[in-house]
Amino acid sequence: MKARITVTLKPGVLDPQGKAIEGALHALGFGSAGNVRQGKYIEVEVAEKDPAKARAEVERMCKELLANTIIENYAYELEAA
Amino acid sequence: MKAAVIVFPGSNCDRDAAVALEAATGRPPAMVWHGDAELPKSDLIVLPGGFSYGDYLRSGAMAAHSPVMHEVIKRAKAGTPVLGICNGFQVLTEARLLPGVLMRNASLKFICKDVHLRVERADTSFTGRYRKGEVVKFAIAHKDGSYFADDETLAHLEGEGCVAFRYCDPQGNVSGEANPNGSRNNIAGIYNETCTVLGLMPHPERLADPALFGTDGAKMFTGLVESLAA
Repeated sequence: MKARITVTLKPGVLDPQGKAIEGALHALGFGSAGNVRQGKYIEVEVAEKDPAKARAEVERMCKELLANTIIENYAYELEAA
Repeated sequence: MKAAVIVFPGSNCDRDAAVALEAATGRPPAMVWHGDAELPKSDLIVLPGGFSYGDYLRSGAMAAHSPVMHEVIKRAKAGTPVLGICNGFQVLTEARLLPGVLMRNASLKFICKDVHLRVERADTSFTGRYRKGEVVKFAIAHKDGSYFADDETLAHLEGEGCVAFRYCDPQGNVSGEANPNGSRNNIAGIYNETCTVLGLMPHPERLADPALFGTDGAKMFTGLVESLAA
């Protein structure tokens, strides 16, 4: 199965990169842009056909390495590879 | 005193640390490759500065899970002193030996300069040669050095005396202007609860010889030798 994982900063955690991007968007004339937050997108192919087992694997991958849960949240979608 | 320096792919201050350690201990430390599962018996383990694994994913995230770290974590939990400098501090937080994380500098810029630090306590094995409240000069060189912990963790650190060093001005005033990277409470370094693990962003080994225009950092290593030999 294929996991599409997004890792985002928790609300309240300062994101200076997001702020810089927001500033650049404003400079380009996108006055509508606000509260920009930058995150990560990670794809992982999991050699597991059973969705429940794949889910459990991805859950552990996120907790143990892909996200630092002190400052980051993670979410993922699974689909047949 | 026998010291070991862990070398990760991308470490670049391992030799500076080795020079400072040899000057203090009189013998070269063991240089231990990250892929080694075995670690020689050591009185002190140093995780050096650099860009382990190219800072991929998050600074220190990969290194925290490298083979040798299982043993480092085991030794640290058993009480062996561990010193993490710069990237080594990032590795210690990713390995959960120290709380919090080091985030991108508030300025988003890589900062390389000498800074002043206030020594928050002088009763640990790392700070025996300093005085409490003393202002020392160390060098910083990092892009991910902004210390962050949630309010509860921060209150715990402050309450338990786990803050080791704070960024300050030359007079010792801890102020926003003296904070180079946006660290909460101007934190430059922290201890674990037993003060046997120290992580700090500034580099003591970079100002540890008169030829480097400063020797404040050398006192950390000589102090360690004195306290660990005692």
